[in-house]
Amino acid sequence: MSSIDAKNLVKQYGIGEAKVTAINDVSFGIETGEFVAMMGESGSGKSTLLSILGGLNSPTSGRIWVDGVDVYSLTSDERADFRKKSIGFVFQNFHLLPYLTLAENVMMPLAIIKMSKKEKLSMAIDTLDRVGLSGKANRLPSQISGGEQERVAIARAIVCRPPIILADEPTGNLDTGTGAEIMKLLSKLNHEGITVIMVTHSNEYAHHARRLIRLSDGRLVGEEMAM
Amino acid sequence: MTLKNIAISNLRRRKARALFVLAGLLIGVSTVVGLIGLVQEMKSDINHKLEMYGANILIVPKTENLSLTYGGMSLGGVSFDMKEIHQEELEKIRTIKNAANLAAVGPMVLGPVTVGGHRLLMAGVDFNAAQILRPWWNMKGKIPTEEDGMILGSNASLITGLKLGDKTKIQNKEFTVWGVLETTGSQDDGLILAPLSTVQKLLGKQGRISMVEVAALCSGCPIPEMVKQISDVLPSANVMAIQQVVKGRLETIGHFKKFSYGVSALVLLVGCLMVLITMMGSVRERTVEIGIFRAMGFRKSHVMQIILLEAGMVAAIAGILGYFAGLGAIRVLLPLFLEGHGHRTVALDPMMAGSAFLASILLGIAASLYPALMASRLDPNDALRAM
Repeated sequence: MSSIDAKNLVKQYGIGEAKVTAINDVSFGIETGEFVAMMGESGSGKSTLLSILGGLNSPTSGRIWVDGVDVYSLTSDERADFRKKSIGFVFQNFHLLPYLTLAENVMMPLAIIKMSKKEKLSMAIDTLDRVGLSGKANRLPSQISGGEQERVAIARAIVCRPPIILADEPTGNLDTGTGAEIMKLLSKLNHEGITVIMVTHSNEYAHHARRLIRLSDGRLVGEEMAM
Repeated sequence: MTLKNIAISNLRRRKARALFVLAGLLIGVSTVVGLIGLVQEMKSDINHKLEMYGANILIVPKTENLSLTYGGMSLGGVSFDMKEIHQEELEKIRTIKNAANLAAVGPMVLGPVTVGGHRLLMAGVDFNAAQILRPWWNMKGKIPTEEDGMILGSNASLITGLKLGDKTKIQNKEFTVWGVLETTGSQDDGLILAPLSTVQKLLGKQGRISMVEVAALCSGCPIPEMVKQISDVLPSANVMAIQQVVKGRLETIGHFKKFSYGVSALVLLVGCLMVLITMMGSVRERTVEIGIFRAMGFRKSHVMQIILLEAGMVAAIAGILGYFAGLGAIRVLLPLFLEGHGHRTVALDPMMAGSAFLASILLGIAASLYPALMASRLDPNDALRAM
């Protein structure tokens, strides 16, 4: 069984003549531990599909299962719990909270988990070490580079040890060198067993993935194994 | 890192908004504390005055003659030639059901005398009772302890030219001035006061008295009931309560109380609106942040908790500061409202402080409920799209 199974996903916005179909009858499966890149031009529906996979955006029709769980049959609170346990989001603009230190930013998902402050801090520092930010736990986001901020965003996504990472253009705001380092980090996490699904415009970065899914006008137009 | 830490961090980051919420609630709480405290202090001052009022029941003989007035109060049918109450009858007053509430019973005999060619009213009084009945007396000299001692009202002293220690003859009896009253603004100013038995002898009214002043020293004394009880034991006397002034003032305070509650409610409403608007602005400003929280797996209730915790913490501080600000306002304003009692100290009231604290938290949370609900209902995908 696939880790993720999507069947006939459709997502439409608006009503009447203003109706726009962002995702149009998309079906695919992703195995546990895969590294998948989603590619396509702007407006092709990549980010919408990612948000549907993450349980953030109900499809107009179609269903999606993650490890056998029909995500959109869950209540709002159950879906929040599902995200907490199963999904780590990495956003293009990092979206770190500027008034919190790096450790505090990484600890944020742990705020709703019952464990001691000491344990939370230890987990945050370990995770920062894991993404290559040892010794910077007490800095503020404004005191580190863009690449380091992306690493903090990745640390925040994996601190709860989710089996799946959804990354929306993680290298979009980074220079080539820094982008390559982030791709290496995502590959490393994938090798550690995390399923990585990444939206990207870059062919170069997409080839870090084992499989490419191409979208165009909301339709899945091709799947290929990366070289 | 807990939800509380996130709330505190956000308050620290958005200090201006937090201060605005704080100001809204602080003004509301301090106004309510100030006004309620002021009303309470004024009521307690009135009760205090009621206790210190001196005579609050007058006993005069029943008469159909013209009335005289004394100290601005009607003395019923007191006249120089009328029949008086018999002194032995006064003992009956001590037998009434509420006798325990009687603080002083002050018999008085009144009669005209001539001093140095001036015709004045002389009053024979029991000086021990008189001191309780007239706590406002300020006097040069001292209360006479001998039967030929007398006290002059300020006007009486002025008219007769008699001063402390002077001697004078009244109807062939020599008297010494033991004391001169400072101006009281009452009819005492024109009186010559001497021991009851001396004046009774002087006026030829042994065993008789013209009127009795009674003081019931408590704010909650059943005065009308006591008037009835005294009337029952002294059927030949006219017994009346003199509470009108105090009652009138209590009524004024009652109106002020209603007005204060109205103003308090209005100020609190404005304070709550300030909190509501500020918190709604804060939620709008944090759409992306709330979206990230939701993407991380925060439930709607977690988002609500963060917003309500922020409001609750600011409201708690506003409650504490508001109480002390209100207390300060009372201390500043009280002298303006209480004549002659400006020195009254307003004590810290734990009940009021606790109520202000809890009320502030409740109001802050109540006013933030809608913004919190709005935040929790934000579609996380909208936040993602906002990115």
